[in-house]
Amino acid sequence: MSIGGIGAAFSEALSLIAAFDHQVLEIALLSLQVSGLAVAIGLLIGLPAGACLAVGRFPGKQTLAIVANGFMGLPSVVVGVVVYLLLSRSGPFGELGLLYTPTAMVIAQVVLVVPLMAAISRQVVEDAWREYAEEFAAMRFNWRQSVRTLLYDCRYSLFVAVLAGLGRAMSEVGAVMIVGGNIDRSTRVMTTSIALETSKGDLPLAIALGLVLIALILLLNGLAFSVRNWAMRRFD
Amino acid sequence: MANGILKRLFVASAFSLAALGAVAADSITLASTTSTEQSGLFGHILPIFEKKTGITVKVVALGTGQALDVGRRGDADALLVHDRAKEDAFVAEGYGAYRKNVMYNDFVMVGPTDDPAAIKSASDAGDAFKKIASSAATFVSRGDRSGTHSAEQRFWKSVDVTPSGRDWYKEAGAGMGPTLNMAAGMGAYTLTDRGTWANFKNRQGLAILYSGDAKLFNPYGAILVNPERHPHVKKALAETFIDWLTSDEGAAAIASYKLGGEQLFFPMK
Repeated sequence: MSIGGIGAAFSEALSLIAAFDHQVLEIALLSLQVSGLAVAIGLLIGLPAGACLAVGRFPGKQTLAIVANGFMGLPSVVVGVVVYLLLSRSGPFGELGLLYTPTAMVIAQVVLVVPLMAAISRQVVEDAWREYAEEFAAMRFNWRQSVRTLLYDCRYSLFVAVLAGLGRAMSEVGAVMIVGGNIDRSTRVMTTSIALETSKGDLPLAIALGLVLIALILLLNGLAFSVRNWAMRRFD
Repeated sequence: MANGILKRLFVASAFSLAALGAVAADSITLASTTSTEQSGLFGHILPIFEKKTGITVKVVALGTGQALDVGRRGDADALLVHDRAKEDAFVAEGYGAYRKNVMYNDFVMVGPTDDPAAIKSASDAGDAFKKIASSAATFVSRGDRSGTHSAEQRFWKSVDVTPSGRDWYKEAGAGMGPTLNMAAGMGAYTLTDRGTWANFKNRQGLAILYSGDAKLFNPYGAILVNPERHPHVKKALAETFIDWLTSDEGAAAIASYKLGGEQLFFPMK
C-alpha cells in the first residue's frame, strides 16, 4: 500500500472514532469484555501462582518457573486449536456447547495470559522476597503468609503483569479466531475484524480498525496508570 | 478494598457475558465458506430471514473442507458449501442428513493485466491452466482444501499437469482473500469465485483475464448436519433456514443481492 493509503487509513480511523460507529463500538466492547474477563481470571490464578513459584520450596520449582517463562510466548493459534478440540461437540467438553461463544474465547485467552502473568509476578515477587526474606523468617511467617504479604506489598509493581496480560489478550487473533469463529455480532472482536477486512483487501479499513484497537489499549494503559497513582497517594 | 472492586468487576463482566450468550436463544450455527461471507451475500440475505422467522444465523466462514470438518464434528447445525463431490460424500457417510441445491456463481481466472501466459486467448478453462503451466507464470493456489482449491485441482488434472512443487506454483494455505492479496502482491494468476473478487478491494494490477466457460460453474449446496449422529443439532431451526434458502422467497433474496449493479449468485430454483 502507498503512503497515501496509510494517510487514508488514519483519516478513516479518525472518522470511525468521531462517528462513534455503532458496529465498531460493539466490537470494541466485546473485545474489552472478553479480554477483561480473561485477565481478571488470569489475575486470580496467575498472580498467586507466580508468588508461590517465587517463595515456595518444592521439587520441580525451577522447571515450573522455566515453563512459565517459556509459555509467555505460547503460540496463540496452538492454544486455539487445543481449546477448539476440547470444546468441540466431539471433544471431552462438547456437551457444554461452548464452542463459537464468547465464553470459549475467554477460556482460550485465560490459557494465554496465565503463564505470562505468573512469570512476571514470579519475577517481581522474587525480587521483593530477597529483600524481606530475613524479616519474614524473624517473624516466623509460613510460606502462605509470605505469599500474601509479598503480593500485597508488590501490588503496584504487579500492575505491569496485569497490563501485559491485557495487552496480550487484546492483541491476539489466532486463538479467538478458531474458538470464536469470528461470527458477526456474536464473537467478532477487534483483531478478528482486522483479519477479516485484510482478507477482503480493504487495507485502509483494516488499518483504521487497528488504530482504534491501539488507541483503546493506550487508553486502558493510561487509565491503569492513573488508578495506580491515585491509589498510591490515597492508601500509602 | 481493592479486592472488593475486583470481585464486583469480575461478577459484572461474567454476568454481561452470560447475557451476551443468552440473547441469541433462537439461533443456528452455519458453517459456510469465505466466498459467501466476504462477498457480502450473508449480510444481505440473513437480515431478511431473521426478520421473517426471528432465527439468528451465526455464520462461521471457513474453506469448504474445513466447514465440512466442523460439520463432521457436530460443531454446526447446517452447512452452505461448494464442493459437490465432497458434499455428496459427506451425506453418504452419514454426517449429513441431506443436501439441497441452493445457488451457483462462477469461478474466474484473475492475473496481471499484461497477461504473460496469454490466457485471454485461451480456448477454454483447461487451456488457460495449460498456458499458465507452459509459460511457467506464477500461480497462487489456495492450498487449503477449500471448494475453490478442489476446483483448481480438477482443472490441473484435466490437462495432465502436476503443479505441486514447481517453482511457479505457490500454495498459500489460506482463504480466498489472503490468496488474492498474495497474487496482487506477486503479480500472479489465481482462480477465484466471482463474488469474492467483486468485493475485493486490494486488486493492484490484477484483472479478470478468463471467464465464461461452463466448466467454471460453481454450485453451492445446503446440508443439514445429521441429527441422528449429533442429537444436539437444532434440526427444526436449521431446516427452517434450508427450506427458506431453497424457497421462492429465499431465491428472490439471493437474486436481489447485487454489487456494483452486478448479480453475484444465481438461485437454482
